[in-house]
Amino acid sequence: MSLELKNVEKKIGLETHIYPTNLKLQKNTINILLGSTLAGKTTLMQIMAGLDKPTSGEIWFNNENVTGMKVQKRNVSMVYQQFINYPNFTVYDNIASPLKITGVSSDETKLRVGKVAELLKLSGMLNKKPNELSGGQQQRTALARALVKDSDLILLDEPLANLDFKLREELREELPKLFENRDCIVVYATTEPSEALLLGGNTATLQEGKIIQYGKTLDTYNKPNSLVSAQVFSDPPMNIAKIKKSGDQCSFLQNDIQWKTKLNIKDGEYKVGIRPHNITTYKEGNNTLEIKGKVLISEISGSESLIHFTNGNLNWVSLSNGVFQKNVGDEMNLYMNTDEFVYFDQNERLVSNG
Amino acid sequence: MNKTVNQKAWFFVIPVFVLVAFNAIIPLMTVVNYAFQETFGNNVFMWEGTRWFKQIMLSERFHASLGRQFLFTFIILFIQIPLGIAIALTMPKEGIGVPVCLVLMSMPLLIPWNVVGAMWNIFALPDIGFLGHSLNALGFDYNFTQQIGDAWFTTILMDVWHWTSLVVLLSYAGLRSIQPAYYQAAEIDGASRWAVFTKIELPKMKKVLTIAILLRFMDSFMIYTEPFVLTGGGPGNATAFLSIDLVKMALGQFDLGPAAAMSLIYFFIVLLVCWVFYTLMMRNEAKQ
Repeated sequence: MSLELKNVEKKIGLETHIYPTNLKLQKNTINILLGSTLAGKTTLMQIMAGLDKPTSGEIWFNNENVTGMKVQKRNVSMVYQQFINYPNFTVYDNIASPLKITGVSSDETKLRVGKVAELLKLSGMLNKKPNELSGGQQQRTALARALVKDSDLILLDEPLANLDFKLREELREELPKLFENRDCIVVYATTEPSEALLLGGNTATLQEGKIIQYGKTLDTYNKPNSLVSAQVFSDPPMNIAKIKKSGDQCSFLQNDIQWKTKLNIKDGEYKVGIRPHNITTYKEGNNTLEIKGKVLISEISGSESLIHFTNGNLNWVSLSNGVFQKNVGDEMNLYMNTDEFVYFDQNERLVSNG
Repeated sequence: MNKTVNQKAWFFVIPVFVLVAFNAIIPLMTVVNYAFQETFGNNVFMWEGTRWFKQIMLSERFHASLGRQFLFTFIILFIQIPLGIAIALTMPKEGIGVPVCLVLMSMPLLIPWNVVGAMWNIFALPDIGFLGHSLNALGFDYNFTQQIGDAWFTTILMDVWHWTSLVVLLSYAGLRSIQPAYYQAAEIDGASRWAVFTKIELPKMKKVLTIAILLRFMDSFMIYTEPFVLTGGGPGNATAFLSIDLVKMALGQFDLGPAAAMSLIYFFIVLLVCWVFYTLMMRNEAKQ
């Protein structure tokens, strides 16, 4: 089983929503579309589902051209950011609705709904109506509706975005389990890099209607093919600085910090991307660089400290484990792990790691 | 925590109190005053107790006009609500058609009520009116000033023309507030158009429809100007709805006592129906 997009393009009027895209998704995989709002995630999903037609290009499913085929004939299910359920149906009827339409016997319906409801912890509320439920339970109902019918393709469009933090964490952990041992392709759109890392599978980074990179989630994270891809896959945003390389010496353009590199690249100017968690208040790794900073903002979130500081004429973001209380204007030393630096050339393509 | 006593706050309530007193309580009390007494002018009043109320409650004339009123309200609700929803469903959802339709729909609502009456009066005249003349030319024996059925037909048609737009606008607003994802979800399920209407659109429009029914009930139950200008309550008393009958009694016959009693009863009926309706609606809300 596979889903393949061949040169799919979507234009509305003069505006291009999706630039020609090629993508092949294999069965039994979770595929994450990662990108900010308006990156084209939803449009791409609607084209995959058959809810929307591409302006040009083809969609192939199981070696069959399904471009323009109606969504009802495609055995797909979709979960939205908003909690979409039939308002007058009970939770049971909501979950059972896709089965009823396809004419599954009532005994089997009962069995399958019961199973899915248990999986999603809805067993106790099958007789309630959606608006008697919390947001989390409403979204669980929508998820159950999507899972009950054994679709070939399950599309989830930012399903956790409208939930509060606690519920999001809870459901996020359950999600990968839900898709285990299912003979289907899962496509999951999100704006949050951490969600992509948690779900694993494959990730496609998107920006402005283009797929920048597609591959195994960890590969995409560790080896971004370009600065854009790295920025999409970094939250808080990646620190970017211009550097100069000569011999095995590297140095930032705006200060005199220097470090040695084993990179086998031509001398010249490059850009380096440093993820916030690779700048810390403590030394981490074998090759650390000290950088002096003046605190701009210091936030503590959970057990992590986010410190924004200036050095030279650049603003930097650092993320350290543990709680570090800093005042605005404090001078402090931070440490960068040079092993984790990501180097890009002048065209913002990846040069090499480390 | 100790609350500080500050009676000065009452000063802030006074303006509202005075306003309500002048535009509601005092006029209503005048009516109450008339309802329990007999007067022959010169500010001479005689106490009559509940006599006028008994008289009205037992009067066949009141029963008849109340019956006509309920029948009229029921008919126009029965036509306007489904028709309004149907029109709202066919209205465009985007593009230049939206403002055009909205403006066209609002037109009847912007015309003063007595103008609507006068318009329809001329429109329906059997000899020179476009509607009246055309119907007669087509072979129908149509004369709204003489035949009861025709008078009702014309009054209802006029009200439908005048007020269906309100239901359309409210329903349209309700429909527009349904997120597109609902339609997509139904499409994925393979739900029929009818299922989309009954399972998604109607439940989602419930609140605005309740408001629409409530508004249309109150307005139609208190209708006066348009039928007064169109038929004047005639032929005979055939279209004398409650308010027309009330004005006839109060100003035509100058029976101030019974008229006052009748207007209080009228007021309580409207209040009661609205209260029952509102309570039922709220109970449904609370259940969910």
